[in-house]
Amino acid sequence: MANENWPLWEVFIRSRQGLNHKHVGSLRAADQEMAIENARDVYTRRSEGVSIWVVLSANVHASNPSDKGPMFDPAEDKVYRHPTFYDIPDEIGHM
Amino acid sequence: MTKAEEEFQAKIDRDIKIEPKDWMPDAYRKTLVRQISQHAHSEIVGMLPEGNWITRAPSLRRKVALLAKVQDEAGHGLYLYSAVETLGTDREQTIDDMHSGKAKYSSIFNYPTLSWADMGAVGWLVDGAAIVNQVALQRTSYGPYSRAMVKICKEESFHQRQGYELLIHMCNGTKEQKEMAQDALNRFWWPSLMMFGPSDTDSPNTAQSMAWRVKRYTNDDLRQQFVDITVPQAEFLGLTIPDPDLKMNEETGHYEFGEINWEEFFNVVNGNGPCNRERIAARSNAKKNGSWVIDAANAYAEKQRMKKKVA
Ligand SMILES: [Fe+2]
Ligand SMILES: [Fe+2]
Repeated sequence: MANENWPLWEVFIRSRQGLNHKHVGSLRAADQEMAIENARDVYTRRSEGVSIWVVLSANVHASNPSDKGPMFDPAEDKVYRHPTFYDIPDEIGHM
Repeated sequence: MTKAEEEFQAKIDRDIKIEPKDWMPDAYRKTLVRQISQHAHSEIVGMLPEGNWITRAPSLRRKVALLAKVQDEAGHGLYLYSAVETLGTDREQTIDDMHSGKAKYSSIFNYPTLSWADMGAVGWLVDGAAIVNQVALQRTSYGPYSRAMVKICKEESFHQRQGYELLIHMCNGTKEQKEMAQDALNRFWWPSLMMFGPSDTDSPNTAQSMAWRVKRYTNDDLRQQFVDITVPQAEFLGLTIPDPDLKMNEETGHYEFGEINWEEFFNVVNGNGPCNRERIAARSNAKKNGSWVIDAANAYAEKQRMKKKVA
């Protein structure tokens, strides 16, 4: 058998109205309709979702794990981006 | 150890999960492919002994439960095949490796399900043993495997409960029904203990798997956990576990149990169990006979794409 494999899709589910879609896994399907139907059957059998996105895995572009340092370390020493960096007198209360 | 290997082990030791694109030693990748694919195959082959009884379920309540459970197992297989795929393997090749006998699946599914009581015993014991194993694996070091386990564990609990509930009913039924339940326990008890794999003294890969935190507990630790949980459940049913050596050790607080028949275990693993041939034939025929669906869906998808282009 020389079947051409169905492409791989990444599945994102909105679990409740008001929340964002979250990656839950992947599956194979011939096209987007089938991907959504299969995602319904595989990932929402117990009311885990109210909305489904499917994206061809080939269309997902990711940062390189070996660039983790140069990518994310620069944020670590920028304490002045956080509220606790600034001194506000107690009598002002919550700010 | 190379510098990369040292960094890798340091991550593991700090309980930082390994993700698909992270560097990993080849042997770690190989171990994962073997373990996760074996796990995936077990979910899929595991549908056969239970699927066998769906049309003969004694009530609609039991039928919807069994159908839903078997459908869940198909989902579990899918989550796990997806996890194997993140390691750079080809999914169809992974499946073909099972059909050719190169890859294994849990030996428990090579035993036949002879009576309706077996549906109870499978849910209670086989899913029960799987739960003990899978709860531990939620903390495994490979991210996609760990996430699949978390999802599977959420779904697994009803599998065991529906089986145990079924047995409660049979054990409170007629004398014949209770005998059927006892007979199912007699046949499934020892194979369930074998599900945890060879004993630690006979399991050469355990040390490395533990160091990599692919495994978090040894086979014997998990087996002991299972026995300790399950014996009181059998007592509640009024059934007798088929092991004359089984007794509580008051000092350790654990049950001691008799010697497992390892010859039988290796025999079944090596393809000579009661249903090995039947299971493999069922799976490879399903793939062969279903392959036109893959082609047809591809052709349909292509047609839809062309239509959109024209429009
Ligand atoms: Fe399962
Ligand atoms: Fe299950």
